[in-house]
Amino acid sequence: MARAVTPKKKAINTAAAWAIGLLIFFPILWTILTSFKTEATAIADPPVFLFFDWTLENYQVVQDRSDYMRFLWNSVIIAGGSTLIGVMIAVPAAWSMAFVPSKRTKDILLWMLSTKMLPAVGVLYPIYLIFISMGLLDTRTGLVFILMMMNLPIIVWMLYTYFKEIPGEILEACRMDGAGLKEEILHILTPMAIPGIASTMLLNFILAWNEAFWTLNLTAAQAAPLTAFIASYSSPEGLFFAKLSAASTMAIAPVLILGWFSQKQLVRGLTFGAVK
Amino acid sequence: MATQQSRSAARWMMAPAVVLLLGWMLVPLVMTLYFSFKQYLPLRGGDLGWVGFDNYIRFVTSSAFWPSIQATLLIVGGVLVITVGLGILLALLLDQPMWGQGIVRILVIAPFFVMPTVSALVWKNMFMDPVNGLLAHLWKFFGAQPIEWLSQVSMTSIIIIVSWQWLPFATLILLTAVQSLDTEQMEAAEMDGAPLLSRFWHLVLPHLSRAITVVILIQTIFLLSIFAEIFVTTQGSFGTRTLTYLIFQRVLESQNVGLGSAGGVYAIILANIVAIFLMRIVGKNLDA
Repeated sequence: MARAVTPKKKAINTAAAWAIGLLIFFPILWTILTSFKTEATAIADPPVFLFFDWTLENYQVVQDRSDYMRFLWNSVIIAGGSTLIGVMIAVPAAWSMAFVPSKRTKDILLWMLSTKMLPAVGVLYPIYLIFISMGLLDTRTGLVFILMMMNLPIIVWMLYTYFKEIPGEILEACRMDGAGLKEEILHILTPMAIPGIASTMLLNFILAWNEAFWTLNLTAAQAAPLTAFIASYSSPEGLFFAKLSAASTMAIAPVLILGWFSQKQLVRGLTFGAVK
Repeated sequence: MATQQSRSAARWMMAPAVVLLLGWMLVPLVMTLYFSFKQYLPLRGGDLGWVGFDNYIRFVTSSAFWPSIQATLLIVGGVLVITVGLGILLALLLDQPMWGQGIVRILVIAPFFVMPTVSALVWKNMFMDPVNGLLAHLWKFFGAQPIEWLSQVSMTSIIIIVSWQWLPFATLILLTAVQSLDTEQMEAAEMDGAPLLSRFWHLVLPHLSRAITVVILIQTIFLLSIFAEIFVTTQGSFGTRTLTYLIFQRVLESQNVGLGSAGGVYAIILANIVAIFLMRIVGKNLDA
């Protein structure tokens, strides 16, 4: 409901919104700033905000001490793999529900969503047991599978809402022209669906990247992603604010940038189309 | 218009997703139910036979149960009040004309993309540390005695951390709803001289009611199962042991699988009560 307002009112709005925006963003900003301080500066009293000797040594220390790259790689594989496989399974399902709906489509969609509501802790031990017996504990394969299942309902659901927006007339027209199912999918639907599929993948990559129940409980040294890497800093050891900040900055930077592009999809993906 | 052929093709295309999700739902669920009726201690004798509803009774009669329910409700309730309340105000503000709207939006949304272990640890150490935390500095600046956040006011601390994480979500969804508000109606009310508060009460709030409901339901489902925030801050001590955390401790820490599984069944029932309401709203929207 944007309307024309007086410059004075606009200035007040701007000031208020920026103040609140910066306040909310401040913990992230402070973490990023602290990551460039020395440990001594990080706990200086009174705190130093901008004017200190910037250093990159924390990043070096974190990498040397804990092999950050391995955790990063695990995160990339787990988040990327689970998203990719999830989309491969979900595209056909969402396609058929959007374009060949039957009486049960709605029930199936709602049922899929309901599996997402199952609290993870309720099935912790069974999954743990299955993982042990199949040798999946602390493997990336196991986590790819778990996170894929966790997010499959959201992926199906998001794709469904995107596919629904592709006009049915186009499909009818190409059926009239005698195009088979294969042509229909390859030449008509895929090009139109690519933006939707890309947004779905983006949001689910972020959700998988940040998942912190299964990744904490099912990994140890080998397959631990960044969530678990950060959790290892929960027992403090001497001065460590700057190192913690450097590790945190490295863990959240990739997703903060991706998140930038996925603001719009966030609403669609997380409300299941209930708010438009 | 759909032919018989395309119908059967559609069924095949749906099959992998349906079968996988069915397995994902049923196999662990049946196992949890199975264990919940057993005395099962993997490290102390293993499977000690069927015990009927013993685990269910012991779980609710243990001294840890009611405090955990209380902690859970307090966290869920506190976070909901804060995020929905501030979210409405923030959404209305962000909807106003201003300079740099896009950037402010990104600043506000950013916390949502921070992984839970990071936000919990950053808050715990760099803000809430009683000696070196920023809040301690702030308190000292005003001549007050710094608070030991995570032990003295542990619950408030957890609520602050989790609210910070979820405020962006509430704001973003409420903002989407605010933007679809009927401008003409608002302007007409403004011209008729309706005061700001009554415009908010009679026009804005009813329009937002559905979005608010959705925010409440979705957040409740996620908040009922928060884990990492407690895992890296208090480990469930100082009265912050939620139902989820209690079950986690029973199952993995004390390896009392039967008891933990019975707790798990309670958690599943609790989540389902919320889910039913959410599904009803989502389902209605599917018809429209």
